[in-house]
Amino acid sequence: MAIFADETTRLLVQGITGRDGSFHTREMLEYGTKVVGGVTPGRRGQGFEGVDGKTIPVFDTMDRAVAETGANVSVIYVPPAFAADAIMEATDAGVALIVAITEGIPVLDMARVVPFVRERKVRLLGPNCPGLLSPGRSKVGIMPGTIATRGPVGVVSRSGTLTYEVVYQLTLAGIGQSTCIGIGGDPIVGTSFIDCLEAFQADEETRAIVLIGEIGGTDEQDAAAFIQRRVTKPVVGFIAGQTAPPGRRMGHAGAIISGSAGTAAEKTEAFEKNGIPVARRPTDVVGLIREVL
Amino acid sequence: MIFMNIHEYQAKEILRQHGIPVPPGEVATTPAEAERSARRLGGTVVVKAQVHAGGRGKAGGVQLASAPEQARAHAAKILGMRIKGLEVQKVLITPAEEIASESYVGVVVDRASQRPVFMVSREGGIDIEEVAARSPQAIRKLAVDTRYGLLPYQAFWLAATLYDDAAQQRACSKILLQLYRAFVESGASLAEINPLITTPAGEVKAIDAKINVDDNELFRRPDIAALRDSSAEPPAETAAREAGLTYIKLDGNIGAVVNGAGLAMATMDLIKYYGGEPANFLDIGGSSNPDKVVNALTIITSDPNVRTILFNIFGGITRCDDVANGIVEATRRIQMRVPLVIRLTGTNERQAVEILEQAGFSASTSMDEVVQRAVELASRA
Repeated sequence: MAIFADETTRLLVQGITGRDGSFHTREMLEYGTKVVGGVTPGRRGQGFEGVDGKTIPVFDTMDRAVAETGANVSVIYVPPAFAADAIMEATDAGVALIVAITEGIPVLDMARVVPFVRERKVRLLGPNCPGLLSPGRSKVGIMPGTIATRGPVGVVSRSGTLTYEVVYQLTLAGIGQSTCIGIGGDPIVGTSFIDCLEAFQADEETRAIVLIGEIGGTDEQDAAAFIQRRVTKPVVGFIAGQTAPPGRRMGHAGAIISGSAGTAAEKTEAFEKNGIPVARRPTDVVGLIREVL
Repeated sequence: MIFMNIHEYQAKEILRQHGIPVPPGEVATTPAEAERSARRLGGTVVVKAQVHAGGRGKAGGVQLASAPEQARAHAAKILGMRIKGLEVQKVLITPAEEIASESYVGVVVDRASQRPVFMVSREGGIDIEEVAARSPQAIRKLAVDTRYGLLPYQAFWLAATLYDDAAQQRACSKILLQLYRAFVESGASLAEINPLITTPAGEVKAIDAKINVDDNELFRRPDIAALRDSSAEPPAETAAREAGLTYIKLDGNIGAVVNGAGLAMATMDLIKYYGGEPANFLDIGGSSNPDKVVNALTIITSDPNVRTILFNIFGGITRCDDVANGIVEATRRIQMRVPLVIRLTGTNERQAVEILEQAGFSASTSMDEVVQRAVELASRA
């Protein structure tokens, strides 16, 4: 088992002919992900040269692509100006999960997209996220496959490269992962820490969870409260930005609305108060996970 | 999220275009211009520093002038003043208003509800953050479904919490609807009027305004993008932005080049953990081409405090060989006076190590190791 993506994942790539889309499609294929097609308007019938001499069909529209391939997941690499529409198109085409890698989508676009997706009972991961990786089974997005190995730890994070760092440390220490997920760093994202915690709690393979947070907002505090109430599996935390200068990135209104400055100290306290140990360095996650496994 | 600051006078112009009552104002860059503006406007005026920092009033950047000569004298003091490290280059001259009450109204994108949220309070003025901390019940909040926008009855609910007078409630409702339109049409992540005043005659007016624009909106709003005042930003941060980098200067001596904001913050934390001081936050972002690395090194080496430069790159969408090529290219173009400590791992790591070794650099794969080494080099220098 794993969460959100596994060997049953049949993937479509929106923006398969772009620079990032084509590079990462080949990376996903090499990892063993079942990429069944791609979509780029105006490129129907062109075919995308995959790996081992195999050609992936390219479609103009998502509805045709889903109908002809039976895909259940879509990953999006299209430029920000078209990404909101691409997410809604995928939603309407009937996939169950959409992973939006695109960075730079206007936040007010996402304020329209997220309720659209949610009302249609589709899961959106991201945007501005690295995607997810269920080691040995499926890789959807841009996480480097070589850093992960299959095992009992679920990893969820708001960050991209910091997730890789922690996953890599776990792998070096011989501790594998069930699924690694980056939920994305934008203010409005489709999948929250809590959604991932709920899924990891229900996943038989996952025996412990690493939650990697950062300064700003109250997502980590909300996650800590949820863990206290609903998660029986051990959770280990890490918070980036302990030494960040205050007030440079978020304006005052952010603080007013949450009644919180969103500092690393506040988040660490929320974790520890709810019995979640917090690692000081990324490498310390390994020791804390060992203690609970 | 990353946003673009605009000045008070620019935010007020946007509000005016949407029909919100805002008193007239003129921008001056010299004391003589300030005096002429004060004379044209007549009566008592306020001279207000136009700078991308809060706390202007407390810093002495907002002064009343009862005569044009006094406006000139205040402008002479305020222009060139530094507020939170930023030099004041412009002042706004605007008539002083008689104030019967001060409220706060604002709309901001809220992570938790995933919507724009209005906040209004009868306790307006400079210390709204304090109101929020001290008595959160004094602030009324309302989340907007962007598919419908702010509805008239919702605007009226908010207005009725601020005013008891029927005419003022109507005037405020209208202002809130206009503010929401201004927020959406300028691609803002925050738009606030603080204070929204009533005059003794009963009028409702906006006498200060702030709008932050979502950086991700700028590609489709050239008129808003043109409002950016690069001269009001720290020069290194402007250079970084133009190169597609996110840079914040700090006070330490270890320069850091990292891909990804989370890893960049974790790198700064680790530098501190090992007893060092970071000189900056710098995120080269994803999809980096070699030029980005050249620009990053140019910006960091322009900081005279930097004693060593640390690269911490975990390749994903960023390819390590692109970064390695950038490092080699940069050291060809720039005279490096400080040592480089390099960590590269992830996508195309092997090619990157080859490129670096051919150019005489060594690279590590461990973050702890390179941070310790950078701290050691910086303390020795």
